[in-house]
Amino acid sequence: MTLGTSKLYSYRFFIPAGIIYLLFFIAPTFLSFFFSLTIWTLSDWKFTGLDNFKIFMTEPSLAIGFKNSLIYAVLTCGLKVIFGFLLAAFLTTDLKTRGFLRSIIYFPNILSTIAVGIIFSSLMHPSQGLINLTLKAAGIPGPDWLGDPKIALVSVALVDVWKGVGIAMTIFIAGIQAIPTHYYEAIMIDGGSAFHKLRYITFPLSRSSFNSVIMLAFIGGIRTFDLIWVMTKGGPGFTTDLIASIIYKQFQGGFYGIATAGNVLLFIIISIFAIPLYRYLTRVEVDL
Amino acid sequence: MVLAAALSLTAASGLFAAGQKEGTSGTPTTSEKSKQTLTLLMDNQSGRTGLEAVIAAFKEKTNVEISIEFRPGSAEGENLVKTRLAANDMADLNWYNSGSLFQVLNPSKNFVDLSGEPYASRLLDSFKATVSVDGKFYGVPGETIPAGGILYNKKVYASLGLTIPKTWNEFMTNCEKIKKAGKIPIIASYKDDWTSQLLVLADYYNVNSTYPNFASEYTTNKAKFATNSAALRGFEKLQEVFTKGYINKDPIATSYDMALAMLAKGEGAHYPMLTFALAPIKQNFPDSINDIGFFAEPGDSEATNGVTLWMPANISIFKGSKHVESAKEFLRFLMSDEGLAIYMKARIPEGPFAIKGVKLPDAVAPAVKDVVAYIDANKTAPALEFLSPIKGPNLPQICVEDGLGLKSPAECAAEYDRDVEKQAKQLMLPGW
Repeated sequence: MTLGTSKLYSYRFFIPAGIIYLLFFIAPTFLSFFFSLTIWTLSDWKFTGLDNFKIFMTEPSLAIGFKNSLIYAVLTCGLKVIFGFLLAAFLTTDLKTRGFLRSIIYFPNILSTIAVGIIFSSLMHPSQGLINLTLKAAGIPGPDWLGDPKIALVSVALVDVWKGVGIAMTIFIAGIQAIPTHYYEAIMIDGGSAFHKLRYITFPLSRSSFNSVIMLAFIGGIRTFDLIWVMTKGGPGFTTDLIASIIYKQFQGGFYGIATAGNVLLFIIISIFAIPLYRYLTRVEVDL
Repeated sequence: MVLAAALSLTAASGLFAAGQKEGTSGTPTTSEKSKQTLTLLMDNQSGRTGLEAVIAAFKEKTNVEISIEFRPGSAEGENLVKTRLAANDMADLNWYNSGSLFQVLNPSKNFVDLSGEPYASRLLDSFKATVSVDGKFYGVPGETIPAGGILYNKKVYASLGLTIPKTWNEFMTNCEKIKKAGKIPIIASYKDDWTSQLLVLADYYNVNSTYPNFASEYTTNKAKFATNSAALRGFEKLQEVFTKGYINKDPIATSYDMALAMLAKGEGAHYPMLTFALAPIKQNFPDSINDIGFFAEPGDSEATNGVTLWMPANISIFKGSKHVESAKEFLRFLMSDEGLAIYMKARIPEGPFAIKGVKLPDAVAPAVKDVVAYIDANKTAPALEFLSPIKGPNLPQICVEDGLGLKSPAECAAEYDRDVEKQAKQLMLPGW
């Protein structure tokens, strides 16, 4: 041990956490790559090559998950970014009730997703739900939010946005508040309007917040499970099945090999989207 | 990822089991030296009134207590059982579906062979076949035999002057009249998606009478739902009731419980269901139980009209249990005349027993008598899942697609054939 580099703690302290990490994270991850190539019954396995992946990609009831997950992720991510940013810009102005409003918008986040799902399932009931009763009173025939295969996925996505927009807003608020005020003073001296402030100061200088929100919302969206499971269980039929709910159903069916293959695919897909997205977003940030 | 999930699941159930043990042994009774507590793992939806009465009597008699641990029903619960078996951390007694689902649990490895028990000859062979591997059987019936078909409201039938349909066309004619009378002809409760399968599964008597080899050919990958016209009929029927407008509106928002209420109140005339639904109807609508009747799902010909029978869930003994002898003794008691009498006193049976020589009390519901009439006339066939080890797990969702007209019946049948393929491969069956 040379002078000046003496360590405060021995590496031995790392061992307990290291073992846990190895046993419960690294090992299962690599084992799952192996078991995804087998027919697996938990106690026994038979090697089948890439069959499980083939089944996952070709079977319509499984392949629909890729499409739906992508739609869901893009939709929830986009809406969270737009609404989160606008709300944040609005709630960083000198508003008397802004603390109150921020709390209100953040509030759904502290609710359990399961509770939110159950509440909205009953609100969205086609004939007795509050939403359609209200629409009916206004003379508009409400759709069957969760029963119509064409809109069920969008209905769930909207609930997800309602629940998750608070987080996006909070990240944006933190970013906006970090913008030095003299930029705004400068634009005021130049006679810029509130829109100019938003467009030329707040928006470009919140770039790093955008990166965080887009990454979090997109990855969160593509691996969503809980909300869809409570609200539709992937139904009607398979029309709202996401990758995660399909993987879960394969586990339920006892197809551990196929389910594991699904997890490996999910891992690859998230990497395919997330790594370039992250690279692109950080590059844009540096360019500024 | 996967292993971590499996591990955490077993850890959770292990903790749960440990917690339970602690709870029961926390109150020691000094005078009773042989006091034992066995655990019985069962789902939280099956009726247990009769079983609980037998458990209480057994405790009185032998001082062996049996505490029931609950698990969710259907696939979620099946997963729990599979995981607990894989982790060798199973309850002493296991309540489980008979037939294909039970076969998946690898009975010869995990459960105690009951072939030498005194009641072995009393059990119906058709039941024993569903819990047997290589000629040895591993479970006793935990409930009465449910029949699958159409539960109907007799008051609606009486007020419209309808008769029990013997063919599918007569059934459709009845539905048309009911629709004109402003009532719901057929209740669809697709919110609980398992209920959507009945018109397909309960059609098996008809499949079997037109094409008796279907089950064996289906198991060996020779017959398919999509290409066998007899088997495809079930999918066609399920869609026909939708296209003709015979089901209620909002089927996706209607649950099993709501459907039972609609039937009991006479808002709906028919509900394709298993007769185990008679228990909740009796409990929640005691005044209406005598208004409910049962008939088999009609086929295309009047000559072949019979009922598809399910087999009761079974109770098996975990091989790794420390109390195998006491558990065997309990099953003997449950299968004895004394045990059955206690059962029937606590709970009027909702169907016949899978045990020979048991006389049902006169107080059984009219729908049960309807089922018994089919059995007495020998017009029964077991459902496909008791004749073949393969049942695709996605049938509920596929039936919802079919029942809402999202895809054609042929497409749905083909989709189910693919689903079944996964199951067959997982079971490593020959021919797949």
